[in-house]
Amino acid sequence: MAAALDIISWIFIVGGIAFCLIGGYGLIKLKDVYARLHAASLIDTLGVGLILVGLMFQAGLTLVTAKLALILVFIFFTSPTATHALARAAINHDVLPEVDTEDEREMVRSTKTPSEAAK
Amino acid sequence: MTQAIALAAALAGFWVLLSGYWLPLIIILGIASILLCVYIAHRLDVCDHEGHPVHLTVPGLWYFPWLVKEIVVSNITVAKAILFGGVRPQVLRVKASQSDELGQTVYANSITLTPGTVSIDVDNNYITVHAIMDGTADGLRTGEMDQKVCKLMGDPVSESGSAKA
Repeated sequence: MAAALDIISWIFIVGGIAFCLIGGYGLIKLKDVYARLHAASLIDTLGVGLILVGLMFQAGLTLVTAKLALILVFIFFTSPTATHALARAAINHDVLPEVDTEDEREMVRSTKTPSEAAK
Repeated sequence: MTQAIALAAALAGFWVLLSGYWLPLIIILGIASILLCVYIAHRLDVCDHEGHPVHLTVPGLWYFPWLVKEIVVSNITVAKAILFGGVRPQVLRVKASQSDELGQTVYANSITLTPGTVSIDVDNNYITVHAIMDGTADGLRTGEMDQKVCKLMGDPVSESGSAKA
């Protein structure tokens, strides 16, 4: 039983590590800020998620598991906020995404925060 | 008032989970902290349906597993795109049909939480989204997530696809 739990736990942890590595590779490989945000979100969803679930199997039905679950919930609520803040910062400093059409670039430019534009 | 009680109950559960001690002193300190927090939340006027949406608990039990499934699927899609190519960044505007700001926040947050799509602006019921490839963008164009969030919030669900490229 303990061996089975260990195996399940390791499958989750190794899976999480794989997503962290792919996310890190994407962070270097992709071309602009916006594309790199997507690579980062691999890390803070399934990367973190799978590692925490793997650790829950290690901890069993204890208070530690409840704390790990809480960490997961807080990461799920806060990471989109950080991602959005990064995107906003890029827009307000006139960093536009590398996309196919000028229309799409204009769509992003038009969302710039007015008070920043007035400076 | 319901929200204040729910907040106090949630904080009490949180305290017990994090401390794990049942000593009288610790429990008294816990109760004092909870009362202080609820009082501050009440003074700040954040103890309302937006700051503490308890009414979403039961619908959330349906929405959250679906969101987790979407996150897993798009994680695999984006990981494949990073490793084997297929990245084609694009910007699109999708309609947020939710009737209040809480609903739009849930929708925009869900978009960002799902890998492959990041919401970069919310304005006049439209969300500007940056997507990394065709696959992840198409998921939003059909308006499926929009309708799921409407259902979660208890807003009327329209039958036709509401998304706009």
